[in-house]
Amino acid sequence: MTKTAYLVLEDGSVYEGESFGAEATAYGEVVFNTSMTGYQEMLTDPSYAGQVLVGTYPLMGNYGVNAQDVESRRLQVSGFVVCHHSLTPSHYDSVGTLHQFLASQGVPGVCGLDTRAVTRKLRSHGVMMGIITTQESPQQALERLKVVPAYGATDFVRNVATDSQYTWDGGPKGHAGRSLRIAVTDCGLKYNILRILKHKGCEVIVVPGHTGAEEIMALRPVGVVFSPGPGDPALLDYAVKTARAIAGRVPVMGICLGHQLLARAFGGQTFKLKFGHRGANHPVRDLATGRVHITAQNHGYAVDGDGLPPELEVTHVNLNDGTVEGLRHREVPVISIQYHSEAAPGPRDNEYLFDRFLEMVRMIRKEVKGS
Amino acid sequence: MTTKAKPSKVLVIGSGPIVIGQAAEFDYAGTQACRALREEDVTTVLVNSNPATIMTDQDIADIVYIEPLTVDVLERVIARERPEGLLPTLGGQTGLNLAVDLANVGVLDRYGVRLLGTPLDTIRKAEDRKLFRQLLLDIGEPVPTSETVTTMAEAREAARRIGLPLVVRPSYTLGGTGGGLVHTWEELEAVAQDGLSASPIHQVLVEQSVEGWKEIEYEVMRDGADNCITVCNMENIDPMGVHTGDSIVVAPSQTLSDKEYQLLRSASLRIIRALGIEGGCNIQFALTPSSVVAQALPGNVPKEPRYHVIEVNPRVSRSSALASKATGYPIARVAAKIAVGKRLDEIPNAVTGKTLAAFEPALDYCVVKIPRWPFDKFATGDRVLGTQMKATGEVMAVGRSFEAALQKAVRSLELGGRSLMWEDPAWRRDGEGILERLPLKPTDLRLWALTAALRRDVGVEDLARRTCIDPWFISALQNIVDMERRLLSEDLGPRLLRQAKRLGFSDEQVGTLADRLPAQVRELRRQWGIRPVYKMVDTCAAEFEAQTPYFYSTYEQENEAESLPGPKAVVIGSGPIRIGQGIEFDYCSVHAAWALQEEGVRSIMVNSNPETVSTDFDTSDRLYFEPLDHESVMDVLENEGVALPGSEEVRYPPSVVQFGGQTAINLSQSLDRAGMPILGSSAMAIDIASDRDKFGDFLETLGIPQPPGAAVTSLEEALSVAGRLGFPLLVRPSYVLGGRAMEIVQNATELVRYLTMAVEVGQGRPVLIDKYMEGREVEVDAVCDGEGVLIPGIMEHVERAGVHSGDSMAVYPGLTLTEGEVATLVDYTTRIGLALGVRGLMNVQYVIMSDGLYRDPATFDRKASLHSTVYVLEVNPRASRTVPFISKVTGVPMARLATKVMLGRTLKGLGYPAGLWKRQHLVGVKAPVFSMSKLTGVDTYLGPEMKSTGEVMGIDHDPAAALAKALMAAGLMLPTQGSILLTIADKDKPEVVPLVKALAASGYHIYATEGTAAMVQGLGIPVAMVRKKLGEGHPNTVDVIVDGTVDAVVNTIEATATAIRDGFEIRRTAVERRIPCYTSLDTARAAIQTLLRGSAHYNVKPNADYLRGDGGE
Repeated sequence: MTKTAYLVLEDGSVYEGESFGAEATAYGEVVFNTSMTGYQEMLTDPSYAGQVLVGTYPLMGNYGVNAQDVESRRLQVSGFVVCHHSLTPSHYDSVGTLHQFLASQGVPGVCGLDTRAVTRKLRSHGVMMGIITTQESPQQALERLKVVPAYGATDFVRNVATDSQYTWDGGPKGHAGRSLRIAVTDCGLKYNILRILKHKGCEVIVVPGHTGAEEIMALRPVGVVFSPGPGDPALLDYAVKTARAIAGRVPVMGICLGHQLLARAFGGQTFKLKFGHRGANHPVRDLATGRVHITAQNHGYAVDGDGLPPELEVTHVNLNDGTVEGLRHREVPVISIQYHSEAAPGPRDNEYLFDRFLEMVRMIRKEVKGS
Repeated sequence: MTTKAKPSKVLVIGSGPIVIGQAAEFDYAGTQACRALREEDVTTVLVNSNPATIMTDQDIADIVYIEPLTVDVLERVIARERPEGLLPTLGGQTGLNLAVDLANVGVLDRYGVRLLGTPLDTIRKAEDRKLFRQLLLDIGEPVPTSETVTTMAEAREAARRIGLPLVVRPSYTLGGTGGGLVHTWEELEAVAQDGLSASPIHQVLVEQSVEGWKEIEYEVMRDGADNCITVCNMENIDPMGVHTGDSIVVAPSQTLSDKEYQLLRSASLRIIRALGIEGGCNIQFALTPSSVVAQALPGNVPKEPRYHVIEVNPRVSRSSALASKATGYPIARVAAKIAVGKRLDEIPNAVTGKTLAAFEPALDYCVVKIPRWPFDKFATGDRVLGTQMKATGEVMAVGRSFEAALQKAVRSLELGGRSLMWEDPAWRRDGEGILERLPLKPTDLRLWALTAALRRDVGVEDLARRTCIDPWFISALQNIVDMERRLLSEDLGPRLLRQAKRLGFSDEQVGTLADRLPAQVRELRRQWGIRPVYKMVDTCAAEFEAQTPYFYSTYEQENEAESLPGPKAVVIGSGPIRIGQGIEFDYCSVHAAWALQEEGVRSIMVNSNPETVSTDFDTSDRLYFEPLDHESVMDVLENEGVALPGSEEVRYPPSVVQFGGQTAINLSQSLDRAGMPILGSSAMAIDIASDRDKFGDFLETLGIPQPPGAAVTSLEEALSVAGRLGFPLLVRPSYVLGGRAMEIVQNATELVRYLTMAVEVGQGRPVLIDKYMEGREVEVDAVCDGEGVLIPGIMEHVERAGVHSGDSMAVYPGLTLTEGEVATLVDYTTRIGLALGVRGLMNVQYVIMSDGLYRDPATFDRKASLHSTVYVLEVNPRASRTVPFISKVTGVPMARLATKVMLGRTLKGLGYPAGLWKRQHLVGVKAPVFSMSKLTGVDTYLGPEMKSTGEVMGIDHDPAAALAKALMAAGLMLPTQGSILLTIADKDKPEVVPLVKALAASGYHIYATEGTAAMVQGLGIPVAMVRKKLGEGHPNTVDVIVDGTVDAVVNTIEATATAIRDGFEIRRTAVERRIPCYTSLDTARAAIQTLLRGSAHYNVKPNADYLRGDGGE
């Protein structure tokens, strides 16, 4: 009944499991996420484009899938690797199984394999390319893996971002009265950024990730958010250019990839982490307050703390490995964080950062009006 | 944020004796905390009345008091030690309540003691329903509609306003004592009355019921800088309505979406911040159930709010112990450090060694906890589960699937080998009405009933509606049933077997279904290479390399537990805490692990109990969290096997089986048969001691007497033996744990009833019949190295033989023993130990029969009797439950010595001479503690079946003071003034006369039943007569207890079944009204004498000072 499926890694490691979701072959950079809940949000997070996601929590799909917990318009992962998935989910919002969800969008899954062994491999060897297949032998799959395009050489942003500008209407109705017009660049954003901004009383306009600075400024936003997204920020010179051109004109917030773009815009460098930060339990210290916040993370690249331009100040650091988790520009209203203040999935402890951004927006607006 | 100076000396209050609702988890927490404080250079002063704890060992805290947990005692400790801080959050509800009491009477202010961790105001807010509710409303957290009341009239009015169904919760009790669910107006009367009397401040909360909703718990930590994290959440499979201590619990939650998970997580952080707790707390929520369940609930489940806050425990708890073991995050350790000023980001994560305590554990497995209930011992107990906790202990199992974790947990319960396939014979009749016959209401059997229903094709949703259990969990049971069917019908091949193992099926289950013996299934697994691999519990889902040596088994690809190099031994733990096998055995196991390490041998612990010190990740060199059955222990031993170079042979580490109670000793025979080495006494020695016939022959060759008796296998045989011995007789099955199913029979009728009803004679297992001897019972623990036998001390029981030794008060040293008797006891013990070839521990129980009165009823003065005979009752070649007690009163570290002896060291070499250890200038009294108020329907009458759940110790230089403290600590003290109800058996009447006179002389009012009243009147003492039989007019015995007329009861009876039945209501009522009820005249005498002497003159000082023999203060 069930079909054998393999996960084959670039270094030749083979893990045998069973197929679920779509019966297909798919490849990508193999990464793991340690969140225990929120698989639907993860699977629809555009930052996972080009990646095969390994869920370290062994029981996936328990509460099914629903209409609300999507973070983009479709599944984004190349493939999903789990220990077990539930065919009998239970939840009042559930409209189907994880298996059906993956199958409906042609995304293959592998279950029944030792995901902890895979995780340990990635932890010690670093992330690598991998392929999941039901159709090929492990040897064939490994051969094919040698010829597929490398993750680090692909601009996934163009694939996942919206083609055209739109105004976010979803989510709960926001505050009445005058709203702040915020432009959000879509390099692979998660809907929850838009939901939160809307909820906080903003008018939210989404623009494609490749939109130029002048085009964005023509919308007369009072603030711009540079969104998260997939891939190596070093490939995104066009977005870096936009960020540089906008910073200083209106308050800017960068999240994840957006944070990396802003760092690069001011001359900072990014580098690839060995196996990234993906999970809902990463402790980050806010250097201004000394407080530690538990954050949701999903990034494979990070801003290099060494050689940052003097105008950028590190505001947040990761407690586990000391990497840069937040920046602020000393002169112009720019803040950025490497993690996901929008959560979804993950702890909601960091929504205060949107408030901080919006405060900045309101202050600048007052100054502009006052002058 | 003000930074407070780190206190240099801190008082830690322990939780006292093990009772239902407060078990070994507080020894675990307290031990961890004391060690953590030591790391911070804080001097710790510990007070606990429970000797069977690691925390009361000399080397855990700096200064240890084993004294009763009363305000008076604690004030004296504070006056003497002058601690700067008091850490009240580690001793359960007992510790918290005492801290509040100390604050209320001004002790803390008087001595300038700062409350650490949880502010007093917070304790009050969390414990006082009204304040708590207001606090939650203030921060916008939803709570069920409720009202706090202090009288029945108020309770009725509140109930009318809120409407049924309701729940009644008393303030300031532990384990939910006294509360309950109310579906009808009649129930309201009983439950509210009960709740009001259970609350020390006569206050209950009458609350809208959210019965049937999901019950979710969060463990939250907060430091002084306001950093907050959640350690984990847990989902109760049994929904709201069943106490979380009685629920099957899974961690992390399984049916919550991320939104729900974060909704409750965020609420948890808001609550701990609002309470201002610095340390850990546990928060319980009710969450909207699945739509299937919601349809089955009365009324409409509202759309909003999605959840209600139910309860907060502002301290470490049973749940936090479980969360610690489930995640690897040491909550008590971190809480202790926070209490003395550390921030979460300053405390290293001891598991990874790299990261910090400021993070949230990520699990890559699933954990299932199942409570262990005492209904196997208390057949008459009410098995229905509600808001009052009834479990004595719990097991935890870890797996990569829920099904596997669940089935492993079931095996860990050690219910006579019962797997999930067990069914009550009464369910087996199929066909009409099966659903009505199955106990689908909450009881200890519900899990099996659900599975049985699925086997009979009852649908998942149907069962979800009937039980309110989320369909996801029932679907998992369906997966297990589906696999059962496949194993029944398909050929057993490698693929199917592997799938079954991955769902947690044991070899025995597979064998039963696929028609093979367990050993054959094991052999197939060997051939097909289907072996468990061991995965690490590392707090971080493998994201970081971890140092922790904490493993569980699963059937997957990669094994992370490579065989440890070098000398090593496996300590078999004692499993869940149950009546007859308590925390004492965990105490011994921990010492065994430490002693191995001291000898350069790596210790490997196998255990299934999350509440204990033994399962702390740094107790041993390696911990396997596994069921303690043959299969799992064999798997561990094989995993630890080392191939000998140049040969096919594998060397397996030896097992230590002497410390884990009956659980471990029972494994010795099968491990021996499987060729596994056993450390210490051989399997043969163990077999001789436990086989009645072999043991009889053995004693005969030594010329040591034992009470006449025989093992019988038929009714005819039994009657003939009875004819020979004469009544009364002690009867019991040959397989005994904690005196299970043991009875004293007075005549042939009772003997026949016992044999036919109680034990179903003729099922192959023999029944033992012994002459019942009502003499002085004496107990000896000893260490034997093959050359000599060390006896640290002799304990004499206050109660005569016939009361189970675990339920007896034991006095060290034997105060009434003559020199001749002591010499005989030492001689017998030595000869038995040497002849049996004991290497390690041994416990011998004796009864001494002597002519005439053996004890002056007014004092403990010994009375030399000319003729006395010492009989051996039983020999156990293993640790007994008195090992911690005797170690603490003599200073001899028995478990450690025994372990070292097993490794080949000699007693002499260890500095201990053979023979009786020098008598200490102190008296130690061990008193049993019962949890009867939690167990409705259970008779409290003391007999040969063990009923106590825990113990306390009273220690002092004077026997009377030691006894007084033991009674105080056990809650058996008589009030100085009051009334007492006497109902005394004819046989005891002569002995009771001096006691009655003494009571009357001290101003006590005497109430008595007909016969006893006549006797009292005959003494010229005023007495109020009450009717014994209920329903024959008032006042009867129950009336005077219920209305508070009497403050204590003495109820002794002839040990006949009818007499026992007659007194049942009296004893139950006394227990439920929480007044002392003495069923043994010996205990009553001890209490009355203590009362007469006055209790003012006892010492309060560190245990070490008593051992040094320092005189009074």
